[in-house]
Amino acid sequence: VSHDQFEVLSNQAVAACAVVYFLAVLAHLWQWALLRRVAPAEVGARADELVAVGGAPVPTPPATSSGGTAPTGENAERAELFGRIGVALTAVAVAVHGIAVVARGLAADPVRVPWGNMYEFTLTATFVVGVGYLLLYKRFSLDWLSPVVPSFVLITLMVDVLLLYTPVVPLRDALQSPWLVIHVVAAIIATGAFTIGGMASVLYLVKERWPHTREGGYLARLPGLEALDRLAYRTQAFAFPVWTFAALIAGPIWAQHAWGRYWNWDPKEVWAFITWVVYAAYLHARATAGWKGRAAAIVALIGLATLWFNFVGINFFFGSGSQHSYA
Amino acid sequence: MAFTTKPDSAYGSAPADPAPPPLAPVELGRWAWRQLTSMRTALLLLFLLALGAIPGSVVPQHNVDSVRTSRWQDQHPHLTPIYQKLGLFDVYHSVWFVAIYLLLLVSLVGCIVPRLGVYLRGVRARPPAPPRNLGRLPVHRKLLVPSAADGVAVLARAEEELRRRRFRVVRHDGAVSAERGYLREAGNLLFHLAVLVVLAGVAAGNLFGYQGGVLVVTGGGFTNTLTQYDDFRPGSLFRESSLAPFSFTVHDFDVTFIRAGRETGMAHKFSADVSYRTSRDAPARQARISVNHPLTIDGTDVYLISHGYAPHITVRDGQGHVIASGPTPFLPEDDTFRSFGVVKAPDGLTRAGKPEQIGLEGEFYPTYAFTKETGPFSAFPDDKNPAISMLAWSGDLGLGAGGQSVYALDKKGLKPIKDKGKALRIDLALGKTQVLPNGMGSVTFDGVSRYVKLQVSRSPGDWVALLGVCLALLGLLGSLFIRPRRIWVRARSTEDGRNLVEVAGLDRASGGNLAGELDQVVAAVRPEEEKT
Repeated sequence: VSHDQFEVLSNQAVAACAVVYFLAVLAHLWQWALLRRVAPAEVGARADELVAVGGAPVPTPPATSSGGTAPTGENAERAELFGRIGVALTAVAVAVHGIAVVARGLAADPVRVPWGNMYEFTLTATFVVGVGYLLLYKRFSLDWLSPVVPSFVLITLMVDVLLLYTPVVPLRDALQSPWLVIHVVAAIIATGAFTIGGMASVLYLVKERWPHTREGGYLARLPGLEALDRLAYRTQAFAFPVWTFAALIAGPIWAQHAWGRYWNWDPKEVWAFITWVVYAAYLHARATAGWKGRAAAIVALIGLATLWFNFVGINFFFGSGSQHSYA
Repeated sequence: MAFTTKPDSAYGSAPADPAPPPLAPVELGRWAWRQLTSMRTALLLLFLLALGAIPGSVVPQHNVDSVRTSRWQDQHPHLTPIYQKLGLFDVYHSVWFVAIYLLLLVSLVGCIVPRLGVYLRGVRARPPAPPRNLGRLPVHRKLLVPSAADGVAVLARAEEELRRRRFRVVRHDGAVSAERGYLREAGNLLFHLAVLVVLAGVAAGNLFGYQGGVLVVTGGGFTNTLTQYDDFRPGSLFRESSLAPFSFTVHDFDVTFIRAGRETGMAHKFSADVSYRTSRDAPARQARISVNHPLTIDGTDVYLISHGYAPHITVRDGQGHVIASGPTPFLPEDDTFRSFGVVKAPDGLTRAGKPEQIGLEGEFYPTYAFTKETGPFSAFPDDKNPAISMLAWSGDLGLGAGGQSVYALDKKGLKPIKDKGKALRIDLALGKTQVLPNGMGSVTFDGVSRYVKLQVSRSPGDWVALLGVCLALLGLLGSLFIRPRRIWVRARSTEDGRNLVEVAGLDRASGGNLAGELDQVVAAVRPEEEKT
């Protein structure tokens, strides 16, 4: 297969996985629509159980209780079926997405890692979000995140293809370094994890704002505030050191090799630093009275906004002024 | 400023009543210190730091890209003085930005130093005795054993099991206390101290280091002395004597341009072959500099930054004497390496008995092409069909004033040379000569060399900064992933003569779940007969 054909394959795989993601979103929407019709009594029982989980002394981890016991009845069964279909479709979409990423790398001559520009970076970062979601699905019982992740990946992929698409080109000299793999892999993993944590933070804020919603609705079926906060914290506490490594260790070492200065206050560096500072503030805020919970979640979302602004916005607004203009 | 999971009290927290006390200087000072070192202030300062960094990405920064900054300043005559007052062209050295991070540092030190003391005392302390009511702890288990002897055996097994799990264990009368995860706070402290190390490294680089740029035409050389630099930015404590006495010659520069496909014209595989000496008497050594592979000579790094063309243009006077010759670096203007430059011929020409100087200004095209619509342009960045197209000026080049750019003509004393009423344009392909009107002489385009733009820099603190940031990461991992936790086991006799064993755990980090670990401990201490 020639390089050009791999590029075509990659583009087709992106289109195909977008369609499957869309079907997954539909399945999950149908699932949640059905769940609204599930008899309130069952939901009530379920809600009580969740409260009990929120209070600590229940020995079983929250994982089993929020995902395990399903409501009975025809609608409930069908809802569960659609939920399974949705997850299966998401898994298929992520697999096809993976093909798109790999083919993109094989399309270059010489073959290279598929993150030489913004389009490729976003393609890979969304892939990491999808993989992360599937990996954590069982462990954290993420069924409540199921409509959010495929929608996010789908929308981001659309933006990626519409606004950021670039044909395959060989890497510039400055990018031909082992640090491309180290620096960018770390940045992508951190971005994916921050994004998943941000989803939990958004849902935390929504649930915190409207605690008494219709029983059986989506919000009522989210895990308790404490569990949401914990998931947000865990993913972001994982992402923060990875980001520290990507932006403040691997990046400067590479910059020292390539540009002769380890820190140059390039717009991309400035915003990576801002992201780091905001997430540092998040970790501090979580341990400060008066900042726990709501305020900390808002800080985390500000951090996520600066992160994504850095990856997308910088190239639009500061393209020529940034030494990172390719990425 | 430090994150742990302990309550606010650990950080000299802001008191509940934020109003300042009456104006006794000592009290006021203490109050101010408490405010400054409180977590809230640290949070506020962190946000200010993030906000303060933003303008530096929006407004061009003088020490990042001085050319872009001057261009921006020319385009915005009204904003420039205001921005200058606010320090917006050099945000990261401006008073207010420095103030923010210095305050943050003070806040950090003010919070770390007391915590170091607390930690050093706490790290040697024995695990605390069990609380009176273990049933109130978040995770607890109960176990009934038949006799007091069994209770003692359970405690012995618990002690052994908890030691095996690398807890620090203390045996009390009828109870066992165990604790582990002391390194979380150590990691936290290490992280904050490492931030200071990073700053020390950065400061050392900024104070003692330097960075200079130099343009070398292939075949030319460079000696590491101040006069040889085109631009030079020293740190404030830099001494000229710290320049390493090396020199090098650039023999060749290679670049490959992609010839076909979508990415036609993209340059890659830059490399410069040099020979260098670490001092005047040292033997010459060969080396190759390319992007991502700088040359390091005695702790000074030489980087290949960019490249360009230096056409050889010879100017002769009316008698055929050479008055200017050799390679002249032209500055590339776009990706096709259409380049702009000037040639100055300061002496030799005369007109009406008065000495007259000559200047050329114009463009170099590595692969010359022409259409009616576009005029001359460069079709490809490689030197496949080099040509120059320049305007000629005569008069006073203004060289007497000194400090003149070699890339611009000072046209105050110059008049365009005209031929039949039109400004004379010198269009030359390689090897061709054009005669100037009125017997003024001639211009020849003899050849083309490439030049490289090199950056020479020394930043003495960079290893310290790297070490600091690695230590910070290590500390961060410890402070985020080590879970400090306590487990207590107590055996108590019940009314019917049996023994009730309570096992309870307290996770001192947020969000942890001790249930699994506690269940394992319970399983391990359970009497043998019950296990079956």
